[in-house]
Amino acid sequence: MAQPEAGMTAQAALGRNWDVAVIGGGVVGCAVARRFALEGAAVILLERAPDILAGASKGNSAILHTGFDAPPGSLELRCMQTGYREYLEIRERLNLPLLETGAAVVAWSDEDEAKLDGILAQAHENDVSDARRIGRDELLAREPNLAPQARAAVLVPGEHLIDPWSAPLAYISQALAEGAACLRNAPVTAGSFDGASWRLETPRGRITAGHVVNCAGLHGDELERSLLGECDFEIRPRKGQFVVFDKAAAALLRTIILPVPTERSKGVVICRTIFGNVLVGPTAEEQPERDRANLDRRMLEELHASALRMIPGLAPIPVTATYAGLRPATERKEYRIGVKERNWISVGGIRSTGLTAALGIAQHVVALYDGAKTATRAEPQWPRMPNLADHLPRDWQQPGHGEIVCHCELVTRREIEQALTGPLPAGDPGGLKRRTRAGMGRCQGFYCSAHVAAISAGRLHG
Amino acid sequence: MAETSACDVAIIGGGPSGLAAAMALREAGVAQVVVLEREKQAGGIPRHCGHPPFGLREFGRILSGPRYAARLVETAERAGIDIRRQHTVVALHPGGSLDLATPDGTATLQARRVILATGVRETPRSARFIGGDRPQGVINTGALQAFTYLEKQRPFARPVIIGSELVAFSALLTCRKAGMQPVAMVEANDRVTAWSPYALAPRLFGVPLLLETELIEICGSGQVGRVRLRRDNTEVLLDCDGVILTGRFVPAAELVRSSHLALDVGSGGPVVDQHGRCSDAAYFATGNLLRPVETAGWSWREGRRVGAVVAQDLAGDLPAPDRVLSIERGAHVKLTVPQRLALPRLGTGLGDFIQLRASDKAGGMISISCGDRVIWRGWRNTLPERRILIPLADLALPEGADSIRVSIED
Repeated sequence: MAQPEAGMTAQAALGRNWDVAVIGGGVVGCAVARRFALEGAAVILLERAPDILAGASKGNSAILHTGFDAPPGSLELRCMQTGYREYLEIRERLNLPLLETGAAVVAWSDEDEAKLDGILAQAHENDVSDARRIGRDELLAREPNLAPQARAAVLVPGEHLIDPWSAPLAYISQALAEGAACLRNAPVTAGSFDGASWRLETPRGRITAGHVVNCAGLHGDELERSLLGECDFEIRPRKGQFVVFDKAAAALLRTIILPVPTERSKGVVICRTIFGNVLVGPTAEEQPERDRANLDRRMLEELHASALRMIPGLAPIPVTATYAGLRPATERKEYRIGVKERNWISVGGIRSTGLTAALGIAQHVVALYDGAKTATRAEPQWPRMPNLADHLPRDWQQPGHGEIVCHCELVTRREIEQALTGPLPAGDPGGLKRRTRAGMGRCQGFYCSAHVAAISAGRLHG
Repeated sequence: MAETSACDVAIIGGGPSGLAAAMALREAGVAQVVVLEREKQAGGIPRHCGHPPFGLREFGRILSGPRYAARLVETAERAGIDIRRQHTVVALHPGGSLDLATPDGTATLQARRVILATGVRETPRSARFIGGDRPQGVINTGALQAFTYLEKQRPFARPVIIGSELVAFSALLTCRKAGMQPVAMVEANDRVTAWSPYALAPRLFGVPLLLETELIEICGSGQVGRVRLRRDNTEVLLDCDGVILTGRFVPAAELVRSSHLALDVGSGGPVVDQHGRCSDAAYFATGNLLRPVETAGWSWREGRRVGAVVAQDLAGDLPAPDRVLSIERGAHVKLTVPQRLALPRLGTGLGDFIQLRASDKAGGMISISCGDRVIWRGWRNTLPERRILIPLADLALPEGADSIRVSIED
C-alpha cells in the first residue's frame, strides 16, 4: 500500500528523475539534503531504517563545537566552523535551542597541566581567539562542585549544547518544505549508472537520480563497494557508551568539562544536556559490528565512577538513562569527503564532530557538485521545530495540550500527536522518543510506556 | 495566565496514602482538602494491579486493585474532598506554595500544609547498568500492568522475570492472567526475597525459578530475543521475547530532590520526624515516598495517621519541638523512618515505632546506642526488604542526647 510519504507519496518519488539522491538519513545526510534543496536541486533522501537518525546520529554528546581542538588547516575544522556559524545563524528561524555553557579542558595531573599551553596555542591557531587559560581558583569559582583535584583549565567560551535530534529533523523538514522527498525503510540494495543517471534499487522501488551523495555513515564503505566496486576508506566503528544523570544533577554544573585529550579520543566528557540532565561519556571502543551498540556493565560502572571523581556531588543522584552510540571512524583520522567517478560524492569518516560540522559539510558537498539544479525556488520556508529544551518554554506550559503523558519529561499529548503527524512523522518508537522525549526520563517508561504505545498503536510507519 | 488559589491542605498524589490522609483531614473537620493527581484517574498503583488482595484493612473485604482504588476515590469524593486530576506539581516552594501544570496551563496553589504522597517506582534498566542491546520489551512490573490492565495490550508472550520481591509474584500473576507464559524467574541471591511460601508460586505455574543467577546481558534487535544469564560461573542463553525488571523500588522523590526540603540518603525519601513532618514544617510526607516499599494497606494506614497529625497541627496542637534528635544508620542498616525525633512529644503520625530495613544479610540482633551506651537491643528477622519495627515506647532516650544510632550486629 502506498502510504503518505515525506514530501510526496512514495509513488511520485519513484516516478521522478531526481537531480540528487542522498543515501543515509543521519545528521549529515539531512543537512546535505537541505543544502541541495535550498540551492534548487531536486533531492531525495533515502534512509534504510524506519526513521531518520537511526545510526551514528542516534547517540552523541550533543555539543556544538568551536573546533578549538581540531587539526589546524583540516577540512574537518573548516566544516565545523562553517557549520557552527550557520547553526547560530539559522537556529532561531527553525526554533532550535542553544545552551551557552562554554567548555573547560581541565587538567587533573602534572602531565595534563603540561599540555594546556599546547591546547591553548592550537585553539588560537584555529581562530578560537577567546579561548584562555584559567587557574584553579577561577575554575573552582566557576564550577564550585568540581573535585578539588582540578588544577587548571583552558576555557573555551564558545562551546555550547544543542538538541542532537531536533537539529537534523529541522534540516530535513526544511528540505521537504523546499520540495525534497524522504523515503524511509529504503536501504539501497543495488544500483547502476548509465553514464547520466543512477538507478538505485530499494525495497520501496527504484529511484532514479543524476548524482549520488553517500552519507551512509556506518555503512558508507559497504555501500560504495557494492555500487562503485571499490572504496578508498574503511569504516571501523567506534562505540561510545554514555550514562545520564537525573535532572537534579544539572544544578551541579555549568560548563562542559572536557579532559585533556589522548591520541585516540577526545576522552570522557561530563556536561549538561539541553534537556536538563547531566551526561558522562563517551567511551571509545573499536568493534567490527556496525549495527550493534551494546551496553557493558563494567564500562557503565567505570563511567559512573569517573563522573563521581570529577563531581563528587553526583553520588546521591540517580541514573536516568544509559545508551551507546557508534561513530563511523575510518582507518584514518580525517574526514573522507571526495568526488568519485560516475557522479558520486562520498562523505565518509564523519565521527564525533558530525553534529557540529553537518551544515558545513553540506556547503562543502554542494560546492563539489557539478550536476543540474532543476527545481525553482522562492524565499525558503522555515519550519519551526517543537522545543524540548528544558531552559525554554515547553508545551506543557501552554493551555490545551490535552494531558501530560510522560510525567518525567513533561511530554504532552499534543506533542505526541504532532510527532505522529506532519511532514515527517515518527517512523518507529525510537523516532517518537527522539521527537518528544516520552519515556526518556527517570522512570524510563514505568508510568507512560503503555499509554504511549496505545496512543501510537498502528501509527508508526516510516 | 497563571492562576493562584489557596487551600488548607494540598496532598500531592492520589494513591492509597494520599487519599487516606485526605479522609482523615476531612473527618477532623478541615475544610479545604485538595488532592493533586497527575494522572487522568486517581487511585495510584493499585489501579493497575488487576488481582487481589486489597482492601481487607480499609473496607473489611478482599478486592482487586482497580476496585479497591475506585472505592478509595469514591469514598474520598463523597466526603467532599476535591480531587484535581491531571494536575502535576512541578515545584515545591517554602511555606507550602506549589507550582502546577494543568490542562489549562500553569498555576500556583498556596496551601497551609502540604502532604507529599508521591509513592514509589521500580528501578529501570538504565539505573541497574544492565548490559547488552536496547530492544523493545524491557519493562518494569508497573509498565507491564499498565499495558495489560489499563491498555489491554500484551507487550510480549514469553518474558523472563528478574527479581523475587513480592512484586515479582505480582508480575507472574499478571502474566498468567493476560495469557503470557514467563520462561523463568531469575534471582541473584540464594533465596527468594519475598516471604518464602511465595517461592512455591512459580512452581505452581510451571515457571522455573533460577536462584543464584545473574542477568548479564539482554540480546535482540527490535524486540528482545534472549537473555544471557550466569550461574555458577557458567553462562547460559535463555530464549524469551521480553524482560520484566521487578522491584528494587525507589521513592518517587524528584520534587523533594529539586526543592528546599532535606532528602534522606538511606530511604531515598524526604527527611521526616515521627509525625511525618519534613525539614520545612509546612510539609509532611506519607506512604511509600517515605521508604521502599510497603503494601497499599500499610500506606493507607500511614496516610490516616499523618492526616490526623496535620489536622492537629492546623488546630495549633502540634507545637514546634524543644529539640530534635537524629536517628543515624549504623552497620547493615539501609534505612530508618523517621530519621529524627521531635522531642519532647512522641505521639506520632508515622506509628509508634521506628521502621528500618537491613542493607544486606546480617545477624538478627539489633542494637540502638547513644554515644557508648546501648539503650535498646532486640532480635528481629533482618532479611533484606523485610519490615522491621522498633517500638518508640521501649526506648529510654537519655536526657540531652542529640542522636541515637541503629545497627544490626554481625
